[in-house]
Amino acid sequence: MDLKYTEQEQAFQQDVREFLQANYPADIQQKVAKGIALKKDDYVRWQKVLADKGWIAPGWPKEFGGPGWTPVEKYIFEEECGAANCLRTVSFGLVMLAPVLMQFGTDEQRKKYLSDIYNSDTWWCQGYSEPNAGSDLASLQTKAVKEGDHYIVNGSKTWTTHGHYADMMFTLVRTSQEDKKQKGISFLLIDMKAAGVTVDPIITVDGMHVVNQIFLEDVKVPVENLVGIEGDGWTIAKYLLQHERTYIAQVPRSKKQIDRLKTLAKKEMYNGQPLIEDSQFSAKIAQVEVELMALEMTNLRVLSKLSAGDSPGVESSLLKIKGTEVQQSITALLMETVGYFGFPYIKETMLEGWQDEPIGPEEASVLAPHYFDWRKSSIYGGSNEIQKNIMAKAVLGL
Amino acid sequence: MNLEFTEEMTMLQDGLDKFLQHEYDFESRQKLSRQGIGYSEQHWQSFADMGLLGVAFDEQYGGFGLGQTGLIVVMEAIGKGLVLEPYLASIILGGQLVQQAGNEQQKESILPALIAGELKLAFAYVERQGRYNLADIACKAEKQSAGYLINGQKSVVFNAETADHIIVSARTSGDTISKEGISLFLIDKNTKGLNFRHYETVDGLRASEVSLNDVMVESSALLGELDNAYATIESVLDSAAAAICAEGVGVVGQLREKTVEYLKTRKQFNQVIGHFQVLQHRVVDMFMAEEQMRSLAYLAAIRVDEGQFDTRTKSVSAAKIYMGDARSIVAEQAAQLHGGIGVTDELDVAHYVKRLTMLNTLFGDRDYHLQRFSKV
Repeated sequence: MDLKYTEQEQAFQQDVREFLQANYPADIQQKVAKGIALKKDDYVRWQKVLADKGWIAPGWPKEFGGPGWTPVEKYIFEEECGAANCLRTVSFGLVMLAPVLMQFGTDEQRKKYLSDIYNSDTWWCQGYSEPNAGSDLASLQTKAVKEGDHYIVNGSKTWTTHGHYADMMFTLVRTSQEDKKQKGISFLLIDMKAAGVTVDPIITVDGMHVVNQIFLEDVKVPVENLVGIEGDGWTIAKYLLQHERTYIAQVPRSKKQIDRLKTLAKKEMYNGQPLIEDSQFSAKIAQVEVELMALEMTNLRVLSKLSAGDSPGVESSLLKIKGTEVQQSITALLMETVGYFGFPYIKETMLEGWQDEPIGPEEASVLAPHYFDWRKSSIYGGSNEIQKNIMAKAVLGL
Repeated sequence: MNLEFTEEMTMLQDGLDKFLQHEYDFESRQKLSRQGIGYSEQHWQSFADMGLLGVAFDEQYGGFGLGQTGLIVVMEAIGKGLVLEPYLASIILGGQLVQQAGNEQQKESILPALIAGELKLAFAYVERQGRYNLADIACKAEKQSAGYLINGQKSVVFNAETADHIIVSARTSGDTISKEGISLFLIDKNTKGLNFRHYETVDGLRASEVSLNDVMVESSALLGELDNAYATIESVLDSAAAAICAEGVGVVGQLREKTVEYLKTRKQFNQVIGHFQVLQHRVVDMFMAEEQMRSLAYLAAIRVDEGQFDTRTKSVSAAKIYMGDARSIVAEQAAQLHGGIGVTDELDVAHYVKRLTMLNTLFGDRDYHLQRFSKV
């Protein structure tokens, strides 16, 4: 057993570190560090830099333009990106849809979409959840009826992250009613500019607009936008979910957040001393650090198995739950660090270009909104309850 | 022993429930919160007319003399309706300071007007470096021939914007963090050198940063004894902390009720999700937390009225500690069990979650009170 990276891996780590140092835009770095809302342009700008370097799609096979990294190298890349406060690349096209097109798409679809995904020229969003189909995704009711060479789509999708930025949406629709709800679902690509598509903003608890509800009213979708065969949507969705879940724990980012927490707790005073010297508070930080330490090692064990040729399994559920729990604990501690200065709500501080004098510690006013907003992490991507159901069934055989 | 509400309390409760039903639906509350002064002067006058503002004050100043236990029903209703009007800031913090520390003349000139809704107060006690330590005061008041010259910064002063007078804690002697040498000053809002920066708070209320630059006040502005205000401040903040624990009970009750209702109506997997035991247990935990919180809130109110230092501080801290627990057991779970809509601005649940979370911070968080409890 050996934790150390090989010489080759260390060299790779150094390459990544140098590249990020030289090429990651400082203004975006500042935004991520301070918790300021990111704009479409921020994502596109950084993703294009990575695309030019050939590092935008670590999960893609080499023949599609992936860098051909080993699982450990992918992890190192994630680790360095986290340490450098890189913004997370948008996963809908790159991580979710692209592997589906590679596995189930036609040559034409691959030709049409993959290079635009790679170059961030098309922004994709995900049309999965519906108002009445959340944890029970398979009960979705958005209908697609074939008429000639089109599907006519009616229904509504919700919690659509960045739907207001998107050019295209990959979506699950019901093409037929079968005995089982998982049957009769198809995977369809919808142009967001098509007539009948409406994007309604949903304002979240932090006052920000990231997610949307999408209404689809008699939307005409060409039949060539069907991925795979009709009725295969659930199989495709499951394939998509298994893919690239190894990095779901977000360990590098949580480490960075712990650094941020400690820096802040060193600056804040309590009883004439830095708060971090308060034994009660430092014990709370330690508790999260222990959880994160265990999570990192679990993550590395999964990675090690992958390197040995195993396929990813239900570990992703464990990583998702523990990862989000750690993230949420950190947001709570960050908020607690600033005490009364968690109260002021100045929305502009979360937006670009705010120049006024801060109230209390410089970044204080974003901390409570982030804490509230981050409650979503144990809800989205399959709620933590659903992840536990999966483990009960698949791991423990209950 | 009798732990039932008195007839007067029940009447207050009924009146308040009716008021909330007719005037304080969530949409109206949100509208109020986001415009102008952030609450309704008309509602404030209704509170005065209903006699709410005088519940805890002595009868000789126009109050009902119901004390801290009388505040239980008021604060629980304030929690239930996410009420925005400055009851806590003006009546409890401001009013209690005047009642406990003021001389006869100050009480006569302030309390009847306060109770009638004609005058408002705010208390500036938080400082940038102080966190929850009430003695960590850098704001200085220097004795001059004509009175006092005050300089300093105060943070997160609730409802300073509409207050007529600001009560400021300042150091008149001693080192920062010393409990001795702290005094209180009752300062007219329009006094020269008093500057404000107003803002909204995450839970929909209003607060301000207050800076005092060469603020000159007369000797008569001194509220209570010179150098000896610490015990008064601690006592009034205990009263306020006990009050917000009752408010917390109201908030938690709503979160429990709304979550149970959601579990009974939301269908997934061909059944209402309330059929799943794992979710049932979570709302049962909420229910138990609510009952325990209610017990501690009542106890704290009784102990505040009894006025013994040890039992007061211990029971108030216990109630505050439980409110900190409620953040994870009730607030976080209410959001979780509602799923996506639990974290939207549109649904009231998120706003109850925010208030409960900030109630943990207010007057010292769970850690602070755990430490205080263990030291008494």
